[in-house]
Amino acid sequence: MISGKFFAAGSDRRIFVAIVLLVAAAIVVPVLNVAVPAGSAFHVPPYMVALVGKYLCYALLALSLDLVWGYCGILSLGHGAFFALGGYAMGMYLMRQIGSRGVYGNPDLPDFMVFLNWKELPWFWYGFDQFWFAALMVMLVPGLLALVFGWFAFRSRVTGVYLSIITQAMTYALLLAFFRNDMGFGGNNGLTDFKDILGFNVQANATRSALFAASAIALALGVFVTWLIVSSKFGKLLIAVRNAESRTRFLGWRAENVKLFAFTVSAVMAGIAGALYVPQVGIINPGEFDPGNSIEVVVWTAVGGRGTIVGPIIGALLVNAGKSWFTGALPELWLFALGGLFVAVTLFLPKGIVGLWDQWRDARAQRQVSVAAEAGTDIDPTPPKIGRAQSGAPTGEWAKPSGGPEPQPAE
Amino acid sequence: MILPALRCPPLILSLSKGHKSAVFAFLSFFLSLLVVFTSPASADEAALRAIIAKFAAAQNFKATEAVVQELAATSDPAVERPLAALAEGDLYFRKSDSAVFIGKEAGQAIKLADPLTSAEAGEEPKAAVTKIKVNNALRRSIRDALGGLTLGSPDANARIAAADTMFKTPVAANVEALDAAIAKETIGSVKLKLEQARASSVLVSDLPEDEKLAAIDVIAGIGSRDALSLLTGYETGAEGALKDAASAAVASMNSTLALWASAQNVWYGLSLGSVLLLAAIGLAITFGVMGVINMAHGEMVMLGAYTTFIVQNIIRTSFPGLFDWSLAIALPLAFLVSGAVGLAIERGIIRFLYGRPLETLLATWGVSLILQQAVRSIFGPTNREVGNPSWMSGAFDIGELSVTWNRLWILAFSLAVFFLLLFVMKRTSWGLQMRAVTANRRMASSMGIRTPWVDALTFALGSGIAGIAGVALSQIDNVSPNLGQGYIIDSFMVVVFGGVGNLWGTLVGAFSLGVLNKFLEPYAGAVLGKILVLVLIILFIQKRPRGLFALKGRAVEA
Amino acid sequence: MRGTFSTFGKFLFASAVAAGLGLATPALAQEETIKVGVLHSLSGTMAISETTLKDTMLFLIEEQNKKGGLLGKKLEAVVVDPASDWPLFAEKARELIAVDKVSAVFGCWTSVSRKSVLPVFEELNSVLFYPVQYEGEESQRNVFYTGAAPNQQAIPAVDYLMNEEGVERWVLAGTDYVYPQTTNKILQAYLESKGVAKEDIMINYTPFGHSDWQTIVTDIKNFGSAGKKTAVVSTINGDANVPFYKELGNQGIKAEDIPVVAFSVGEEELAGLDTAPLVGHLTAWNYFQSVDTPENTAFIDAWRAFTKNDKRVTNDPMEAHVIGFNMWVKAVEKAGTTDPDAVIDSIIGVSVPNLTGDLSSMMPNHHITKPVLIGEIQADGQMETVWETSGLVVGDEWSDYLPDSKDLIADWRAPLSCGNFNVATGKCGGKGIN
Repeated sequence: MISGKFFAAGSDRRIFVAIVLLVAAAIVVPVLNVAVPAGSAFHVPPYMVALVGKYLCYALLALSLDLVWGYCGILSLGHGAFFALGGYAMGMYLMRQIGSRGVYGNPDLPDFMVFLNWKELPWFWYGFDQFWFAALMVMLVPGLLALVFGWFAFRSRVTGVYLSIITQAMTYALLLAFFRNDMGFGGNNGLTDFKDILGFNVQANATRSALFAASAIALALGVFVTWLIVSSKFGKLLIAVRNAESRTRFLGWRAENVKLFAFTVSAVMAGIAGALYVPQVGIINPGEFDPGNSIEVVVWTAVGGRGTIVGPIIGALLVNAGKSWFTGALPELWLFALGGLFVAVTLFLPKGIVGLWDQWRDARAQRQVSVAAEAGTDIDPTPPKIGRAQSGAPTGEWAKPSGGPEPQPAE
Repeated sequence: MILPALRCPPLILSLSKGHKSAVFAFLSFFLSLLVVFTSPASADEAALRAIIAKFAAAQNFKATEAVVQELAATSDPAVERPLAALAEGDLYFRKSDSAVFIGKEAGQAIKLADPLTSAEAGEEPKAAVTKIKVNNALRRSIRDALGGLTLGSPDANARIAAADTMFKTPVAANVEALDAAIAKETIGSVKLKLEQARASSVLVSDLPEDEKLAAIDVIAGIGSRDALSLLTGYETGAEGALKDAASAAVASMNSTLALWASAQNVWYGLSLGSVLLLAAIGLAITFGVMGVINMAHGEMVMLGAYTTFIVQNIIRTSFPGLFDWSLAIALPLAFLVSGAVGLAIERGIIRFLYGRPLETLLATWGVSLILQQAVRSIFGPTNREVGNPSWMSGAFDIGELSVTWNRLWILAFSLAVFFLLLFVMKRTSWGLQMRAVTANRRMASSMGIRTPWVDALTFALGSGIAGIAGVALSQIDNVSPNLGQGYIIDSFMVVVFGGVGNLWGTLVGAFSLGVLNKFLEPYAGAVLGKILVLVLIILFIQKRPRGLFALKGRAVEA
Repeated sequence: MRGTFSTFGKFLFASAVAAGLGLATPALAQEETIKVGVLHSLSGTMAISETTLKDTMLFLIEEQNKKGGLLGKKLEAVVVDPASDWPLFAEKARELIAVDKVSAVFGCWTSVSRKSVLPVFEELNSVLFYPVQYEGEESQRNVFYTGAAPNQQAIPAVDYLMNEEGVERWVLAGTDYVYPQTTNKILQAYLESKGVAKEDIMINYTPFGHSDWQTIVTDIKNFGSAGKKTAVVSTINGDANVPFYKELGNQGIKAEDIPVVAFSVGEEELAGLDTAPLVGHLTAWNYFQSVDTPENTAFIDAWRAFTKNDKRVTNDPMEAHVIGFNMWVKAVEKAGTTDPDAVIDSIIGVSVPNLTGDLSSMMPNHHITKPVLIGEIQADGQMETVWETSGLVVGDEWSDYLPDSKDLIADWRAPLSCGNFNVATGKCGGKGIN
């Protein structure tokens, strides 16, 4: 009863809850892992810490996509590229930290360069032995790529599916480029065999817990920043661009600048997610650029409910937990389950899990309103919420009359 | 030329070092003597059989090679049969008596035949015979040996083949034989080949310099890669005027070949373009015309390829004679299979998602995962063998341009599919309805067009076209559950590059991307070439945000 | 606030808890078995090669159980699907060791998947058997390499071509990833040490799954027309081979003219191909299905009975798993426990029969001894051995032909216990400073 009221009060509350939960997890989980003895029922095994830490990075990636897709209508099929670039920047730092502990004992060159007969460190590896530099690059490289790419694309008014396809081309081109051993990023094997981060052993339990906490905090920050953006005046502009780009433009706004800002911020967030991901999984390789991975990110966002901030987080956690479970429990059949899930979600949950929740809540609120028409409370049956508007189909050449929440046949 | 001995009974085989009873050996010896008496040519034959019998004792390739040389040295055309069989790996000896036979596999047994006469000699289980092993070096020396032997063959093609072999492996001793053959030759084209072969042999002989210079001219006139190879090899060892002549010839051949190389690039580009066109053309319908981001498009192609596999499998087991027709039979079936699956997807899923184009991406991505895994469960994860019918195997030359039949057919086929589709779209009432629904759904509906059915059939058409593309692609690529994945991104690039909703755009897009890719590949390498093409597409879309041939009209601007 | 936690919070926690419970359930199964992890991709791009190895492991475990299991207990296979996704390999490896508590893991195919799981095996101290030929340059305490090192495959193949076929000009064609790159580096150094000029070696790399081979095949043809006998050494990865060979066949490149020797093409790959135009092209492996020994015949029969498919082929990585599994069984029996440390100690020196009629032994560098066979592809998709080494070859983890690794050796026996001991400096840990 009480909780219902809380939610009826608006989705800002939901953001707050998510942030509190994440911060709590950042404190509680490491404590339960490190301080509680292994036999205890409250002990969180290191295995779970690593796993959920990884999911949190995925969640941040999904959140970054939500900012551009859910709020700005840009369906990026190349967000994995920003994630991977952030990951590579972190990976390069971790590689340099190995120092002379590599198998060949070369103090400067990573192992893969030694056995491919590289004589000296390529210029783009300079500086990555310093954490601050790597951390800067984690944000700068994806941000810069997004800025340049977006500047070209949005200025030329590449929209809708064309934009989706060229973002896919971008990540595909990067995939092929990073596959090349001549690029100096370790080719297909990528960067691996990390020893320590900021002087702490990456395999140690405490480090893992700290990374988990860092991921949870980063995600909480991501939620906060996204919320700040979308609930500001600028956020309204984002939604305006999403719903009617031409109209916004005719009203005198520079739609391309709005998009560019969102796209760049989103890319930086994705880069941070990648940087936190790499030390936790212990490898970064070109597979992360795979266009299929980027599509999966879209799927997480859709499952959770796009344009809702918490939706993508829930989606990323759920789908990945499902994947982890299915690949172990039903190794031969899990693709059926996963594929079926995608189809079912798009058909029956067009607004994702959070959308379903909203619908249920709205129906309840409406009942309550009709029962006791309290003065002073917001009795608008469809309160203005951050959730995507009813006419949520992004603009594109097929922006036909929108489908409602229920599956409906074509006209 | 055919020896009377060909009709001899296989009994003679007991001349080989067997462990037959003495009586039997005597009897057969007597019989063979009889044969010797009756037919003068068979004096050689007995000797031949004695040599052939040595194959059974040859422990290694060197020993086998020695036997081959010995056989070749007899210069008897009759050795062609056993030598050819040896090269094919069809020569066996029986473990019990070391008798040598030509064998053909027939189920679990080997059908044996006499090595000289190929008269049938019964069957033996596989375990009772041993195959005489060959390797590449042996095959080469057999080929060279046969080259010399078939120079006098009554079959013109055999003489050409012999001349070609001798051309590639010049031996000074061949000059005489070739001179004799040239003198006898009546057919012009064969004579030319023989003269070329003679020229190459002259180069390695100790004939006078002017004769060699003439030979260099002859070889330079051929202009082929083989000729270049020969002259380059010769150049390094030559001296004086000969070296100069050879160098000059090599240089001029190289420049001609460079021209051919760019022609070759254009052809390869067109061929790659035709593959892209085939892969993309179904998508041009489902994505271009209907606006469904069909991530399961690749799987429709895969289903077509698997249909071909099933058809070929049935043909192989039940109607082997029809194998050359397998693709023709597979085409309509693949269209139906993929079309039906497409219809089911449209009716079951996509029709609920019109108006939400980006969400079709998610649903069809799910469908593609399911289809892939389904095929993997049914057919297994490994590649399946889809054979080339004989008319699609091999290559022919236009000058120095080597054109493979399967690529040529695929090019022709892709164009045929394209124009057929264009005809359906522009000249039939169904096509008219499709275009009407695309242009303005509501108005089309109010004119009495049953838009749901048009949607369903359009999607089925696009999927079916993808299916027949799968039949063609099965000829050049892996037939595995991952087949479709390899084409999906390229297909989207082609459609978007060409301009969504425009079939001509897809055609031009596919061919220009193909040619571009192939011109970049020699300079940048395969990987970098592909990256460059992708970057160029991205830049191009900035310039023309709606592709090469942008669709104009109200619906587009939305 | 509390109310919020109780309802909404469940969303977040439910996922984590569901994952935890779900993953934990297998661990609750019977305690009486010894668990063996099988870590091979069953979906994604590598499923094509790895699925067979999963079946092989199930087969071997069933056979062992028929013989009464191990240490009086039954063996139980724990199969997971890492889905050709490299970080997922690490996650699944962790799950197998930490949650399922397996005693040993048999798995991985690509080098990157092995690299991805290495830190996990090191951290949790378990045992991995890796069955595929690879580029070498590695020896890790927790990993046993039952596939071929470059000196057990590539170098003998090149020797064969040089000596038997008189090849003077070389095309090293490969997919652009670490195995071909390293192998080609080693081969290049080796060929140059044998006096082959630089301009007689052409190196070409293509992306994964490359399907349009027209240009490259033409390049090979052109390279081969320089008046010297030419051969192609192919390290082209699985999937790309079918279109490559189809193009070779169609462009009429015969094995007698330009033979291709491949290191990644086995019976499985050829099963998807009409091999008639390929007769005579070569492969180099440590096992062929066609090897005529009683062990092999018995194995093929049992395998076909197990898979209920009388046409099922066998291949080299399968044999590697057979050897690896039998070695593990023997080492566990010798140690009397499945404890990884005990097994790592006891397995060195263990010899088991391989399928080619010899005894393969586990060497102190965690590589095994193998015969090297060169085979020619036959029209029925099988290989016919045309040459083999007279004895067994010891896997050389650190190549003698790479400048930075020629001084390194690995020896995991007690006093040394080092994966990269430098014999020049007498120190463990690679080159040391400089």
